[in-house]
Amino acid sequence: MSRRVVILGATSAIAEQVARRFAAAGDRLYLLARNGERLEAVARDLGIRGAAAVHHAAAPLDQVERHRALLDAAWDALGGVDILLVAWGTLPDQRRCEADVDETLRQLHVNAGAVIALLTDAANRFAAQGHGTLAAISSVAGDRGRQSNYVYGTAKGALSVFLQGLRNRLHRHGVRVVTIKPGFVDTPMTAAFPKGPLWASPERVGRAIHRALLGGPDVVYVPWFWRWIMLVIRLIPEPVFKRMKL
Amino acid sequence: MKDAGYCSWGRLCARDQQVRPLRWTPAALEPEGRPLLGRGLGRSYGDVCLNDGGVLLDCAGLDRFLDYDPERGRLRVEAGVSLAAILERVVPDGWFLPVTPGTRFVTVAGAVANDVHGKNHHRAGTFGRHVRALGLLRSDRGALTCSAEDNPDLFRATVGGLGLTGLVTWVELQLKAVPGPAVEVEAVPFASLDEFLALSRESDGRWEYTVAWIDALGRGPRAGRGVFFRGNHVEGEAPAPRAGTRLAVPPGTPGWLLGPAAVRLFNALYHRRQAARRRRRVHYLPFFYPLDGIRHWNRLYGRRGFFQFQCVVPEDAAVAVLGGILERAAAAGQGSFLSVLKVFGDVPSPGLLSFPRPGVTLALDFPNRGERTRALLRGFEDRVREAGGALYPAKDALMSPAAFQAFFPRWRELAALADPAFSSGFWRRVTEVAA
Ligand SMILES: Cc1cc2nc3c(=O)[nH]c(=O)nc-3n(C[C@H](O)[C@H](O)[C@H](O)COP(=O)(O)OP(=O)(O)OC[C@H]3O[C@@H](n4cnc5c(N)ncnc54)[C@H](O)[C@@H]3O)c2cc1C
Ligand SMILES: NC(=O)c1ccc[n+]([C@@H]2O[C@H](COP(=O)([O-])OP(=O)(O)OC[C@H]3O[C@@H](n4cnc5c(N)ncnc54)[C@H](OP(=O)(O)O)[C@@H]3O)[C@@H](O)[C@H]2O)c1
Repeated sequence: MSRRVVILGATSAIAEQVARRFAAAGDRLYLLARNGERLEAVARDLGIRGAAAVHHAAAPLDQVERHRALLDAAWDALGGVDILLVAWGTLPDQRRCEADVDETLRQLHVNAGAVIALLTDAANRFAAQGHGTLAAISSVAGDRGRQSNYVYGTAKGALSVFLQGLRNRLHRHGVRVVTIKPGFVDTPMTAAFPKGPLWASPERVGRAIHRALLGGPDVVYVPWFWRWIMLVIRLIPEPVFKRMKL
Repeated sequence: MKDAGYCSWGRLCARDQQVRPLRWTPAALEPEGRPLLGRGLGRSYGDVCLNDGGVLLDCAGLDRFLDYDPERGRLRVEAGVSLAAILERVVPDGWFLPVTPGTRFVTVAGAVANDVHGKNHHRAGTFGRHVRALGLLRSDRGALTCSAEDNPDLFRATVGGLGLTGLVTWVELQLKAVPGPAVEVEAVPFASLDEFLALSRESDGRWEYTVAWIDALGRGPRAGRGVFFRGNHVEGEAPAPRAGTRLAVPPGTPGWLLGPAAVRLFNALYHRRQAARRRRRVHYLPFFYPLDGIRHWNRLYGRRGFFQFQCVVPEDAAVAVLGGILERAAAAGQGSFLSVLKVFGDVPSPGLLSFPRPGVTLALDFPNRGERTRALLRGFEDRVREAGGALYPAKDALMSPAAFQAFFPRWRELAALADPAFSSGFWRRVTEVAA
């Protein structure tokens, strides 16, 4: 049986790799992203790679008032949805956020508020249909606030906690909620960073996310070793942690 | 923007090189003072894929399929799509690459830029012959479509053009129909270069693929012995090698692991294993890509890396020149992990600077032992030049400007058609001291 999959932020490097796995399995896709030209290229590629159907619609996904119509269209086109993945996101300039609270609030909106709004709407649809997998890409950055990127971390932390509550709520409806926490991934979002051995390719991360969407634990670190790195980071006592340059 | 760290397959690295990873085909290219150069998967051994003092436009992220006609076997893909991705998609439909090099981890644009050849050169010619059209983005002229009909001069210059004519953005290929993933292979041991040539002559009519591995360390009566492989696509199943069991050579593997003793052992083992089994049906992966199963095998040569030497010489000079080179390499104890022989056919190469031409080609690896190795290879260059042959830029890090200009007499035509904003380490090395 081919799956019906909705991906929001489908032009993300990570999301595109996840989508390729579904395409190769002959699944049916509904893709949303804000840049129509890029989305078109991604959709075309996924069709050739084997997706049974690829629908797509371009829209700025942080405009909450448009969510309902966007999801209506996706549900209509696919006749129900088995898997929904929220992948869009931005990496704020931490320094700029420190000096500009409007920027901070904008970033919290794109990475947390708008995502939570979308998930709230989707959750009600999943609860009504009584099955499905709802997932979002959070980040290891949400596991502990650090001076280098705590605005991003705040948004991802809020998202992780939201997903945790949602999981608890939807469990009795037969709906699975998956929290994905990537570590460092070599994508346009992180193009400016020097790369080292902890960095993973979007392909590797996409493969792991695809696997997690099909089954297994509900909270996944990708690659897996981040679970242990973050365990150690969370264990450091606050009086010590606050002195560290992280 | 990332800093250096992008080296070549032979582990040559560039100084002061910036890298710009591309994920979306740019609409335009601005000249920016530093020379630009497209970059594929870095499977070239020397400096054709390096740009010291310049900018590499990393195309590995331009890896989308654009159009596929499974009825006619026509495929249009972005520049950075790998041959591996193409095979994975098209083999189940009964299509195959018309030409493939000995690794599938190269991009289509890289395959065009070096106009690569495979074990079927005697039948199919080079990769460029199967390119129906390509997209070229120039800093001075914007986006162009190039083919035998449209911008034919730029098409000829871009095929085998070493990345100098601009950024290749897409490539349209004519695939080849095959009955399935299986290849029937026959391995025939031979005792000398003469025997190799006779085997080639006898096989090239009936076999689509022919190539030989030679024992590059054999001296005296054992000089020139090897195993000749010939293969054809056949019907029937062949089990694919299991995915996920690929070996990987870790970084920092010391070079002495590949000392002469290790090489001798490897060659002997290989020789026995291959010679013992004669005709068999195998999956195409191990047949075409025996080394792709070992990731980062180039690390076996240690941190100093290695040189590859690939030449072609006219057939009547082959025994003398190639025999001489093999003998000299064995005597110098600088034996090779990989020594490959193949007779090229006379199918004309479409590119201005394509390397393949009628004759016999030999490829050898040499661990980098500094000046000793360089001197040895300079000597080989002279022999090839005297014989009217050529060296392969994709494998080269040492060729002299004079030799390059003799091997590729049309290089000035390429220079005239090159994008003014593009250059490479190789190009500066072999042309800037132009006569
Ligand atoms: C194990 C092994 C076996 C091999 N066997 C063979 C063989 O049998 N036959 C053969 O012919 N070769 C062979 N090669 C060499 C290899 O096929 C070529 O070097 C090939 O060009 C590498 O492609 P790449 O994608 O890695 O490109 P790179 O090595 O990164 O670049 C190669 C050239 O392509 C240019 N380029 C890359 N992308 C673009 C672009 N978008 N636009 C314009 N120019 C671009 C670069 O500037 C450079 O000049 C082998 C290499 C290895 C490692
Ligand atoms: N890369 C990492 O190291 C890393 C680590 C942990 C978590 N993550 C998370 O992984 C997810 C994917 O990121 P990536 O690494 O794949 O980066 P990416 O390739 O830059 O993708 C980010 C995507 O978000 C989209 N986007 C941003 N703002 C949007 C908006 N307002 N409306 C609609 N789309 C918007 C972008 O669209 P455009 O193409 O139109 O710009 C782009 O497709 C993000 O949630 C990110 O936070 C990444």
